[in-house]
Formats: sequence, structure tokens, C-alpha cells
Amino acid sequence: MSATAHAHIEDHVDDHGHHHKETFVTKYIFSQDHKMIAKQYLITGVLVMGFIGIAMSLLFRMQLAWPGESFAIFETLLGKWAPEGVMDADIYLSLVTIHGTIMVFFVLTAGLSGTFSNLLIPLQIGARDMASGFLNMVSYWLFFLSCVIMVSSLFVEAGPAAAGWTIYPPLSALPMAQSGSGLGMTLWLVAMAIFIASSLLGSLNYIVTVINLRTKGMSMTRLPLSIWAFFVTAIIGVVSFPVLLSAALLLIMDRSFGTSFFLSDIFIQGEVLHYQGGSPVLYEHLFWFLGHPEVYIVLLPALGITSEVMSTNARKPIFGYRAMIASIIAIAFLSTIVWGHHMFISGMNPFLGSVFTFTTLLIAIPSAVKAFNYITTLWKGNLQLNPAMLFSIGLVSTFITGGLTGIILGDSTLDINVHDTYFVVAHFHLVMGISALYGVFAGIYHWFPKMFEGKMLNKNLGYVHFWITAVCAYGVFFPMHFVGMAGVPRRYYENTAFPMFDELTDVQVLMTVFALIAGLAQLVFLGNFIYSMFYGKKGPQNPWKSNTLEWTTPQEHVHGNWPGAIPEVYRWAYDYSKTGDDGEYIIAGQDFIPQNTPIQDNEEEENH
Amino acid sequence: MTTILILAVLVLVAIAIWQMTKIFELSQIKAVDSQIANDNDNKYNGYLLFVFLIFIYGITIFSFWKYGKMLLPEAASAHGAEYDSLMLVSMAIIFFVQTITQALLYYFGYKYRGVEGKKALFYADNDRLEFIWTIIPVIVLAGLILWGLYTWTNIMDINDDDDPIVVELYAQQFNWTARYAGADNVLGGANVRMIDIDKANILGVDESDTYGKDDIIVKELHLPVGRKVNFKMRSQDVLHSAYMPHFRAQMNCVPGMITQFSFTPTITTADMRNKPEIIEKVKRTNAMRAEKAAAGAENMDPWEFDYILLCNKICGKSHYNMQMKIIVEEEEEYNKWLAEQQTFSQSMVSVQ
Repeated sequence: MSATAHAHIEDHVDDHGHHHKETFVTKYIFSQDHKMIAKQYLITGVLVMGFIGIAMSLLFRMQLAWPGESFAIFETLLGKWAPEGVMDADIYLSLVTIHGTIMVFFVLTAGLSGTFSNLLIPLQIGARDMASGFLNMVSYWLFFLSCVIMVSSLFVEAGPAAAGWTIYPPLSALPMAQSGSGLGMTLWLVAMAIFIASSLLGSLNYIVTVINLRTKGMSMTRLPLSIWAFFVTAIIGVVSFPVLLSAALLLIMDRSFGTSFFLSDIFIQGEVLHYQGGSPVLYEHLFWFLGHPEVYIVLLPALGITSEVMSTNARKPIFGYRAMIASIIAIAFLSTIVWGHHMFISGMNPFLGSVFTFTTLLIAIPSAVKAFNYITTLWKGNLQLNPAMLFSIGLVSTFITGGLTGIILGDSTLDINVHDTYFVVAHFHLVMGISALYGVFAGIYHWFPKMFEGKMLNKNLGYVHFWITAVCAYGVFFPMHFVGMAGVPRRYYENTAFPMFDELTDVQVLMTVFALIAGLAQLVFLGNFIYSMFYGKKGPQNPWKSNTLEWTTPQEHVHGNWPGAIPEVYRWAYDYSKTGDDGEYIIAGQDFIPQNTPIQDNEEEENH
Repeated sequence: MTTILILAVLVLVAIAIWQMTKIFELSQIKAVDSQIANDNDNKYNGYLLFVFLIFIYGITIFSFWKYGKMLLPEAASAHGAEYDSLMLVSMAIIFFVQTITQALLYYFGYKYRGVEGKKALFYADNDRLEFIWTIIPVIVLAGLILWGLYTWTNIMDINDDDDPIVVELYAQQFNWTARYAGADNVLGGANVRMIDIDKANILGVDESDTYGKDDIIVKELHLPVGRKVNFKMRSQDVLHSAYMPHFRAQMNCVPGMITQFSFTPTITTADMRNKPEIIEKVKRTNAMRAEKAAAGAENMDPWEFDYILLCNKICGKSHYNMQMKIIVEEEEEYNKWLAEQQTFSQSMVSVQ
């Protein structure tokens, strides 16, 4: 298999440069080049959708801190949903729902994997492009279509979907249960169905590319950890996303064609509905069968990026390369058998709860190994504290803080009283939201020169961005645990109906202030990004002195990535600061040895 | 409140300006305007990493000091005590690990900040270390899993031992209703298809079922202290969740099925009101409410502590205000109260 693939590539090299005539449309719009598609994902997924998602969170955080108060900005942005500037309860739920949907799926799944898998897989494994450039293009345009539908659902008469990002039926199935379950929910489901198709096309492409198109010498155990993470992520996506599609299809059937997959015995607004025999719990199983692996679909690429960035900037090999691979695989496997921990108190059999507690707490083990390995990678390094490196360190920090509370939530007993409270919100925002976002930022700061032909992001603005974000992320989500431990449920429009929560309003104010500042800090990043995209200073070809193959390509993008032959690989990606017997670097005066450098006389090959 | 916001924004702007000037300075000193971290960047950011560690510890201490007292009071149910100890131990472990790992992470970030020409240590693997930090989590987690599962099995073992009271919690958008099983302690059969609003049969209790005749339907949950209660949950429209935080109890209410939870209340409402921590909390809260009332806010009457049942599964527009009062009292008081309530057949008759 591999041999034929290589033969094919060799052919490709010979006739390279003859048969591709690029027009504006084929170059920038319907591009089949993985580097352009990566940038398309970045701009659509991370920048545009990310902006919308974060802006929404700021709006509802203002409502939480100052419930029922009138803000001009509400009236401007929400129009009829904020009469006299006071946010309506329905639109509050819509904002929460669409914020969750956009951030989880559009920003951190499509934006993260779409950008970095597309950019890095061919470049780091030494391939001319993805296995199928055409499918890759289709994947992006399906994603784009899905974004358009999701955003358009914000403008429908009865409001966008409002049943929470998990859209549990019957709430999401019955238009009479809430206004957002009308056309808004239909559009949500259509958008997600298209999104899943896009995600599957993308994932299959990543898997095939990694398996078949590795350059000569690039064995699986020489792959950079980023590629391992993208590869395994794609596999989890292929395994679990189809199940979400089935859940969405069945829900569409229940909503539009009168079936009873998830509905039974319902009396609403004065009448009994005909539904009989379905179960909302079935929906929860189907949803979380994707929903939980989804957490790792979001997180693993971020961890992969971190491994790469951290090792490069620490000028040290990543500690425990094989253990890292084993952890990724273990996490991926376990992630598909833990979904029930979202349903301990859903009414499912408590014995099932016991099983899921067991598998869930098991997943803490590979996670802990990863965290310890990152810390050891820093030990005795020569840390180059570039913004990407700071974001990577930040990621490890939030990954630990957020991951530890998972031990509480994964324990079926302890989950009883913190389930669906702000404790959960704090937990998953730290462990997957903030961590994955840090991964995205680390990736952007690190690979910006690769995406924009050598131009670099301004580092000082990067530092401002990181430090404000880091302080605010803890400022928002650390105190939030306490709100949850005080028993405040999530998705409450306001907490004023319960005097026992009165004194917690101060905490909400604190969190909101931090959130608003964090929001402003992202504008610094956005400005830096847009400015540098056009006027950024060009750096050297290999600015971070990295070993991986992407830095051997010329700064100017060429179709096929390398103008000449594809480089051959002779070593793993982590030969940083390797010394010979004499204690000097293997290559004099250079603390890194790129993967395409043959094994030197004065070095022993590590067993990789 | 808005002043805090404005102040915060001002601080942010100040920081931004300070950083801008720093950028300007740095670009003046160095002729080469490189966007790659140099020794100066490594130095300052290394220091900042250390400061950030202090910040994390600081915000932890601050939160405990400021918000620790706002957490839920001691559990008011029999299994709740076990729940609280498991939570305490788990939290202690978490905080121990958190304190150490964050310290290592940021301290290493500070200690090993880059210096031009310094050599990093080529250190790729150590099987023994890997083994140690795999096995320690395994042991600790095994302990937590076993303890957790033991407790879980006990809590979820819903049986008829010890003569429990049977109560149905009935959820609908956006309120709760409770149905006591009455003298025979057996709930009458019910289904939403038997709801008859004209006859005030709002829960769809089967009118032909003799077990249902003595059922008592109320809007306020009274429970006798020290007596086990078996709750049967139902919902008529969408998912709801019966959350009783003071009792460490929660279970979803699912249309089309009956879910269950069981606990024994151990502290009466009156006793709870007299606990020092509750007295303090009520005092703090009422001070805030008085302040707001003085500023013209509505519904700011002084508050008296009560146990509460909340909805904790998103259920629509008024999800945030779906509640029912729970009163735990001595058995005699409970019996007296129960005797004053109408049975299902009485309420049906009174309508006809």
C-alpha cells in the first residue's frame, strides 16, 4: 500500500508545476490546497464563529451579574428580544445554547482540527497534500454552509434553538414547550447534520493521509505527537459522529413526522399528545455517545499542538514520547465508553452508573501521565517563552485544574449534588474550553509564519493577550466552582427567585468583570492577527528552530509543498539539545537536528 | 456595580498602554526587530510565570475566604453525611495534587527560563518515573472508586425496608406538585392520558384505582424527620430534575417513565434555622435584601431559611423559577399537617 503511494508521489513530482493554472477562484475560494483550506477553516471557524460565540457569552454573563438591568447594548444586538434593554428569558436560553454549540462544534472541533490537521498533517508527515484534495474542499464548504445555516437561525421570528447545546427532547422536540423549539431548532438540526457530514469527510481524509502518505523513513513512531493527536482524534470522530447524526435524524423524525423515538406520555398546554413508547433517555445515550468523545475531539488536538510547541520551545525532547502515544490511544479508547457519566441521575439503571464511574475514573490515569510528562518536559529545559509556549504552559495548568474536578463529577455519588450546577460549568470550561482555546492560540502563534508565508505575529501583543487571558480565565472559572458548590443550577436566567442564592450575586459580578476584560483581550489578538496577516514582519524560514518537516518548506506557498523532492526522514521529531559523548551538540553550534538530517557519525540512534 | 466594571476597564487600558510603551522601548534598544523571544522576554515572562503561580494560590485562598461560607450547609439527610465525607476527602486529594503540580509547572517555567547559549538536558525517557506516576493515580483512584461505588450502591438501593413514606414528585412547566400515597402508603396508578382538568385531576390519577382514593395532592412538601422517604418522580411534559441540594439528592423527571430516589431527612427545618452558619447566612442575606429594598427593588422581603426543591434540568422559559418549599418537621406535626389535607377522592368530590 505504502509503496504504491510513494510511487504515485514520485510521478507527481516529475510533472509538478505544469498542469495547475490557478485562478482567483481556484486559489482562494474553491481551493483544494490544504494550506489554503486550513486558513479558510481558521478564519471561518476560529475567528468569525469564535467571535460570535464569545460575544454571546459576554451578553449572558452581563445578565447573570446584573439580572434584569437594562443595557443599551442588549437593545442594539438583541432588538425585540430585549425590550427596553432588558434581556428576555427565552433569548437568554438561546444565547446559552448557541454559545455552547458554536464553541464546542464550530470553533473547537471544526476550527481546531480543521485548521491544524489540514495545515500540519501533510507538512509534518512529508506529503504533497491531503489524500483527497477534492473531499477536503467539499468538507470545508459543507462546514461553511453549516455555519451559514446556524448563524441564519439567529434571525428567525421565534428565535434560535434554546434547549441547551445538548438539545434534550422533549424540550427540543415540541415547539409548544418553548419558542426556540420551532424553526430555530429545525435549522439547528439541519446545520448540525451538514456539520457532521463535513466532519466525517475531513476525518476520513486525515486518517487516510496519515496512514498512506507518510514520506520515506517516517514510521508511525517517528511522527510528531501533533500528528498522532490529529490522527486519533479523526478516528474518534469517525466512530462517534455518525451516532450523533442518527440522534439528530431520529429527532427530526419525531419533530416533523410524528414518530415517537424519544417521546412518550406528554401532556402540554392543555392537551395530550399522541406520542407513546419513546424515551428521552435513549436520546441522552445517543447524544453522549458522541458528546463525550467530543470532549476529547476538542482536547486531543490541543494537547498534540502543546506537545509540539512545548518541546520545541523547551529545547528538549518531549518526555516519554511512547507513553504520550499510549496515553492518547488510551484516552481515545476510554472516551468512547464513559458517556454514561453525563447521565448518572437521568433515570438510567444505577448499576450502569457504577460501570461508568469505573471507566470514567480510569481515564484520569492517562490524563495524569500526560500532565506529568509535560511538567517533566519543562524540567531543565532552556525555555524560550514565546507566546505559543506561554499558551502551552497555560494549557497544562488549566488542564490540571479542570481535570481534577472531573474526579468529583465522574464519581456517581458525588455527581448527585453538583450535577448540572455551576460546578460542572466551571469544570468543563477549564478542562476543555479554555484548554482547547489555549491550544488553538498556541497553534496560531506558532504556525502563523507557516500559514502566512513567513510573516510573524507581534510577540508583545501576544504577551499582552496571553497574560490578560490567563488571569481572566482563572478569574472567571475558579470562583465559579464555589457557585456550583452552593447549589446554583446552570442555565438559570437569573438567580433572584431564590433568596438562598442572593449573596452569590457578588461572585457573578466578579466573574462577569473578568469575562468582559478577557473578551477585550481577544480583540488585541484579533487586531494583531489581521495586522500581521498583511503587514507582519517576515521572520527566518525556521523561526522557532524546530525539527519538524514543515519548516523545511519554502516560506512562499507552493502547490505540493516542496519545490523539489520530498525530504526523507531519518529520526524522530524531538532531537533537541542532543549531545554526543563529548557533551557537545551533535551538529556544532546548533541545538536541534531536523528530522531530515541523517544520523551523524558521533551519535547513537535512539530507539524510535 | 457598573463602577467596578468601568474601573476594571480603566485598569485594563492602563496595562495596555504600559505594555505598548514597553514594546516601543524594546524596539528602540534593539536594532533587530525580531518577533522571536529573546533573553529579555524570557526573563520577564519567566518572572511573570512565578507571579502567576502566586496569583493562582491567591485566588484559591481568596475564594475560600470570601466564598467558602456561602457553600451549602451540612447535609440534612442520612446518606448526606457519607456524601459529605467522600466529598471532603476527594477535595483534599484534589487540592493537594493541584497545589503541587501547579507549583512544579510554574516554578519550572520560571527556573528554566531561556538564556542564550544555555544547554537544555536531553532527557527523553525514564521508565521508573513513568511507572511511579502511573501507579500512584491508579491506587488513589482505586480507593476513590471503591468508596464511591459502595456509597452509590447504598444510596441507589431503593427498597421498602424501614417503613418508608411514598411520595410522588410531579413536574410540569413550571411548577412542582407532590402526591402522598395516603393511608395505604401505595400510590394510585396514573398517566397523563387520564388528566382531566375539568374534574381537577391534574396529575392524571386513575380514578378507578382504589389505591389512589386516599392519595393526597399538595403544593408543599412536608417530611417527618428520621423517616425514610421513597420519592417517585414523574414529568408530564419535558425533562425536569428534582434537585434538593440540602439533602444531597437529585433525580431527573422523565416523561414516560417513573424515576426514584430515596433519603431520610435528619434535621428539621426549625433545627436548621438555629444552626449558627444558617443564622449567619440569613443575616448576611437579609442585610443585602434590605439594602436593595431601600434602593427600590421589589420582592425583597426578609428571608427565612427553608429547604427547597429546585428544577435542575433546562425546561423552558421559567426554568429559573420552578421551585417548591420543603418542610422537615417532627412526626406529630407532620401527621397533623397531613390530616388537614384533602385526599384525592375528597378533592374530586368537592369539584363535582
